[in-house]
Amino acid sequence: MVKTRVIGEVILKLENVSLSFGGVQALSDVSLQVRERQILAIIGPNGAGKSSMLNVINGVYHPQQGKITFKGRTRTSMRPHDAAAMGIARTFQNIALFKGMTVLDNILAGRNLMMRTSFLEQALYLGRTKREELAHREKVEEIIDFLHIQAVRKTPVGRLPYGLQKRVELARAFAAEPELLLLDEPMAGMNLEEKEDMCRFILDVNEQFGTTIVLIEHDMSVVMDISDHVVVLDFGRKIGDGTPDEVRRDPRVIDAYLGPTQAAPYHEKELFHGM
Amino acid sequence: MIYREAGQFKATYSADQALFPIRQDQVGVAILLVIAYIVVPFVGNDYWLGSIFIPFLVLSLAALGLNILTGYAGQLSLGTAGFMAVGAFAAYNFAIRVPAIPLLLNFALSGLCAACVGILFGVPSLRIKGFYLAVATLASQFFIEWLFTRVGWFTNYSTSGVISAPPLSIFGHSLSSVWSRYVLTLAIVTVMALGAKNMVRSSVGRAWMAVRDMDVAAEVIGIRMLRTKLLAFGVSSFYCGVAGALWAFLYLGTVEPQAFDLARSFQILFMIIIGGVGSILGSFLGAAFIVLLPIFINIGSGMFGHAFRADTITQIELILFGGLIIFFLIVEPHGLARLWRIGKEKLRLWPFPY
Ligand SMILES: Nc1ncnc2c1ncn2[C@@H]1O[C@H](COP(=O)(O)OP(=O)(O)OP(=O)(O)O)[C@@H](O)[C@H]1O
Ligand SMILES: [Mg+2]
Repeated sequence: MVKTRVIGEVILKLENVSLSFGGVQALSDVSLQVRERQILAIIGPNGAGKSSMLNVINGVYHPQQGKITFKGRTRTSMRPHDAAAMGIARTFQNIALFKGMTVLDNILAGRNLMMRTSFLEQALYLGRTKREELAHREKVEEIIDFLHIQAVRKTPVGRLPYGLQKRVELARAFAAEPELLLLDEPMAGMNLEEKEDMCRFILDVNEQFGTTIVLIEHDMSVVMDISDHVVVLDFGRKIGDGTPDEVRRDPRVIDAYLGPTQAAPYHEKELFHGM
Repeated sequence: MIYREAGQFKATYSADQALFPIRQDQVGVAILLVIAYIVVPFVGNDYWLGSIFIPFLVLSLAALGLNILTGYAGQLSLGTAGFMAVGAFAAYNFAIRVPAIPLLLNFALSGLCAACVGILFGVPSLRIKGFYLAVATLASQFFIEWLFTRVGWFTNYSTSGVISAPPLSIFGHSLSSVWSRYVLTLAIVTVMALGAKNMVRSSVGRAWMAVRDMDVAAEVIGIRMLRTKLLAFGVSSFYCGVAGALWAFLYLGTVEPQAFDLARSFQILFMIIIGGVGSILGSFLGAAFIVLLPIFINIGSGMFGHAFRADTITQIELILFGGLIIFFLIVEPHGLARLWRIGKEKLRLWPFPY
C-alpha cells in the first residue's frame, strides 16, 4: 500500500489516564499519542477497555485520573458536545443511529454544529434557512455518493440491514467534517466484501481529507493492512504500542492473545494469517 | 396508478426539499385549503362552525403543541391543559389590564407566557425521563389549576371563577359572528401548522428527533441537551398557550380553569396517540377523530331511534376510546397518519399488488 499523506504533529495526547466503574478498573494508567493524519488502531481482547478509551477521548466517560490534550488544549475531561465542537466525531460499537429518522436526516444531523440559523428563521423557512438547508443537503449528497447509499436516502434507518446501518453511522460521523474520527469496531459483523468496502472508505477518508482516525478492530488482517500505528490493551493496561510490524512481533502482545505458554513464532503465523 | 410521482423527476435538491414535493400532494393541500377557507364558511351553519370546526381546529393546535414535545422531542407530558390555561388566563389579563392591545399581539404574548411557564416546568426533563417526567408534568398541571382557582388576581377577583371574554375585534372588525371567529381560528392554525412543519424539517427538528431517538449519540454529534429540550418545551407550550387563548376567547367565550383540567390533557394525549405521534398531519387527524366520534355515535344511536340513554352513550364513547387507544398503542404506534401513508403507498402501486 502506498500512502501519499504525511503524518503530522501530535494532535491527541492521553497521559496516565485511569478510569474505573465501582470495582472494575476499565483503564489503568494508559498514555498514548495520536498524530495528525495517522490511522491508529486499538486492539485487545474483549473487555480490555478499548471502547472505554474512545469514550474517554470524546467525553462520554470522565476518567478519575489523567490528562487529555487535544489540539493543544488540555483538560481532565470534557462534555461530548464540547468534543464535537472541537472536531471529534465517532461511531459506536452498538450502532447508535436515530432510528426514527431517514438516512438523509441522520447524516444532516451530523452537520448540526455547522447550521447557524435560529429556530425562528427555521419556522419561517425563508432565505437564509432555505439556502443553508440546501447547501448542507448538497454536501450530504456528496457523502451519500461517496458511501454508495443513494438508494436508501429516504428510508428510516431502523429498517435498514446491519451492514448499511454501519455505513450510515460512518456517514453521519464523517458529515461533521471532523479532524479526529473515532470508529468503534466499524467492521464488526460484516462479511468479507462489506469489510473490504469499509476499509476502502476509511482509507479514502483518511487520504482525501487528511482526517486522523482512531479505530478499534478485532480482525488482525484489517488492522495490519490499514493502520500506521497500533496500541494494544489488555485488562485496562497498555501492553503494546508501535507500528503493526513491531506490535506483531512483541512477545507480550502474543502472550496476551495466546497465553504465555505458547511458542511464539509458530502461533504468530496463525494469529496474523491472511496478511 | 393515480397517486404517484412517476415522471416527476426532481432536477434539483431544492425541488426535493419543497414543502410538498409530490404534485398530487400539492393539489390535495390546495383543495383542502379551498374547502377550509371558502366552502366550509359558506356551507356550514353556526352550529357546525362554532361547535365542531372551531373546537376541532383549536384542539388540533394543542395536539400539534404536544406532538412537538412528545412526538418529535420524545418528552412525555401530561401538562398540556395546564399550559393552555396559562395562555387563556394570560390573554384575559392582557385584555382587561391593557385594553388597547391588538388581539393578535395578545395571543402571541399569551403564547409567550405559556412558553416561559413550559420552559420552567421543562427543567426537570434534564434529569428525569419517561414515566417520571410524565409525573412531574402532572404536578405542573395540578399546580397551574390550583393557581388559577385560588389566586384571585388572575381572575380579576371574580366570585364565580367563570369570567366572560371581552368583546373581540381585529383590525377594527368586530368578531361577533361565528363565521369570522372560524376564519380567524383557521388562519392562526394554518400559519402555526406551517411554522411547525418548517421547524421539524430543519435542523431544530432534527435535533429534537435526535434527542428522542438516542440521547447519547445526539450529544456526541454536538447537540446540547439543555437547550434542545427546553426549546422543545418552550415551543410546545407556546402552541398550547395560543390554543388555550383561542379556546377561551374564540370558542367558549369564557375563561374558566375547569376547561383546562387533567381530562383535557389526557384528551390531547389521546389525540396524538390515535392521530400519530411525531406527525403534523396526525395532530389534525387525531383531533378530528376525537371531536367527530361522539357526533357519529350520536347519529348512530339516532338510527336506533334513540334507544340508548345519554349516559349509556357516554359510556359507549369511553369504551370505544379505550379500545382504540390500546389498539393504536399495540398495533400502530404511528396512528392514523401512518395508516394514511400506507394507504398512499398502496395507491402508488395500484393496480399491481406489488
Ligand atoms: N458504563 C459502564 N459501567 C460499568 N462498567 C463498564 C462500563 N463501560 C465499560 N465497563 C467495564 O469496563 C471494562 C472495559 O469495557 P470496554 O467496553 O471498554 O471493553 P472493550 O475492550 O471495548 O471490549 P469489547 O471488545 O467487548 O468491546 C469491562 O469490564 C466493562 O464491563
Ligand atoms: Mg468495545
